[in-house]
Amino acid sequence: MYGERLLTVSRLDKEGVVESKKFAVFAEGLQKRFGEAEALGGLDLRIPEGGVCGLLGPNGAGKTTAVRILSTLLRPDGGRAEVAGFDVVRRAEQVRYSIGLAGQHAAVDEILTGRQNLETFGRLYHLGVREARRRADDLLERFGLADAAGKQAKDYSGGMRRRLDLAASFILSPPVMFLDEPTTGLDPRGRNEVWESVRALVAGGTTVLLTTQYLEEADQLADRICVIDAGRAIAEGTPESLKSGVGGDRIDVVVRSAGELTAAARIVGRVCGADPDVDGESRKVSAPATDRVAVLTQTARALSDAGVKVEDIGVRRPTLDDVFLRLTGHRAGEEEEEVAA
Amino acid sequence: MRASTPSMPRTWPDRLRWAIADAWTVARRDLIHWFRQPFGIVVTLLFPVMLVLMFGYLFGGAMSVPGEGASGGGDYREFLLPGMFAMTMAFGLEATMTSVATDAARGVTDRFRSMPMAPSAVVLGRSMADMLNSVLGLSVMVACGLLVGWRWNESIGEALLAVGLLLLLRFSLLWVGIFLGLVARSPEAVAAVQILVWPVLFLSNTFVAPETMPGWLGAISEWNPLSATVAATRELFGNPGWGGETWAARNALLMAVLWPMVIFAVFFPLSVWRYRRLSH
Repeated sequence: MYGERLLTVSRLDKEGVVESKKFAVFAEGLQKRFGEAEALGGLDLRIPEGGVCGLLGPNGAGKTTAVRILSTLLRPDGGRAEVAGFDVVRRAEQVRYSIGLAGQHAAVDEILTGRQNLETFGRLYHLGVREARRRADDLLERFGLADAAGKQAKDYSGGMRRRLDLAASFILSPPVMFLDEPTTGLDPRGRNEVWESVRALVAGGTTVLLTTQYLEEADQLADRICVIDAGRAIAEGTPESLKSGVGGDRIDVVVRSAGELTAAARIVGRVCGADPDVDGESRKVSAPATDRVAVLTQTARALSDAGVKVEDIGVRRPTLDDVFLRLTGHRAGEEEEEVAA
Repeated sequence: MRASTPSMPRTWPDRLRWAIADAWTVARRDLIHWFRQPFGIVVTLLFPVMLVLMFGYLFGGAMSVPGEGASGGGDYREFLLPGMFAMTMAFGLEATMTSVATDAARGVTDRFRSMPMAPSAVVLGRSMADMLNSVLGLSVMVACGLLVGWRWNESIGEALLAVGLLLLLRFSLLWVGIFLGLVARSPEAVAAVQILVWPVLFLSNTFVAPETMPGWLGAISEWNPLSATVAATRELFGNPGWGGETWAARNALLMAVLWPMVIFAVFFPLSVWRYRRLSH
């Protein structure tokens, strides 16, 4: 009884030590230039083990460059980084044993079948012929591709191809996976399929670093979010904490015709006591709402008194879109100056 | 839960074994392509065969063949075939470049580079696969040549030496292909190289004897690396049409060894450099 307790305590201690010492991904002052363009200007990242960390940022913010450095494809010009406890430059080989990389394209051989692809990559991970074959069958089952195992990858749907790509990068069950825009260009169904696979990976204990342009994807998958802009991390935290940081609830009013935007904005501004954001394209006026119910009822009454035709009205929590807009000054998906990787 | 992770080899013989095993796995991928895309392979192989038939029978009558060869001077097909062999080798450059550029564009090269495999295996595997491809292509051409009446008239040893020279040319051009593929990074750029390969092909002794060209053009043709291999193989096969005025033409055998070595000496380091540059 006594001994058991001691054992538990010491194990907890030990794990505690490991936790505090080891991040799945640790980067300090990472720098990278491509000619004149600065892709990373001193990026710091600390990603604890387990879960999904979403790396968000506008196009050209340095997301892909960061992933390429962390996965040993690019050498940094300055700073240092460790993945799974190994330095990405000096111990690149150990890093390569500890990571999986699924990039923007499904990097599989189109002419080979799904099984042949996984077998080939398994051999290149030095599993041996028999083990590579066994592992290929395992993964085909696990990623829901068993029925298509004998089909050539070029006949796969987009979602299937990305899942094959995920499976190929998961051959060694690595502790850290980098997913660089894994669902770009997929239809909603394909996207859902990939999300399911990512959730399964995380349930198995893998740490996932995910870059994405879709904030919905980050909201769906990420436990932590790191926003980067112009090659630097500008915010980090859980999605909830980031949303709270932007401010409290907001009221959205969508008017029926664009001509009524000004009137609506004046009313919303008066009720909320703040300058509202006006988006002409979606005919939407939005402003911070300190008291949810009071703001909603007062605004609704004032709008109706003024005869403004309202299509939709509601109070909502801030979204990652608001976080993104506040932090980077523009919406997700808007182009910044493109930096070639 | 975690698949057994093999440890990295420490000693260099182990590393070498590793590199060869990885290279073979990469090359094996190409061999699977043969079986998965038999139609594509057949088309690739049939193209030179078609050229043989076209030049051999359509234009052949109008071509004059220099030198009084063993067959009494003038069998154009005897003259043509060694040129066609060398041309098949030269076309291999485009195949190599296409494969390298496609892998780079599709992210396959990046996947390899993010894996704990021997870094040299990516390039080594490519060269193994392409050399095997070339042996197959050359075998088909020789069979086709024998069907249209081409023969080697010297010993089997000299014939094999000629085959060796052809494969040596292919091997050197392989590195040109790897370099260009790494530079281009997209398969579309291969079209530009295809446009350049044809003039090099025609500015040689492949189809006509350089003596029949204007003097300066003939001299360029005789110094063409392709001409060196063609002339040397004609000599070794005992086919008509070798010989010429320039030093290069008179020393075709030597040049057929020197040229590929020079090309290799230039493009092998360039390829390695370019491959390393991928991480910059």
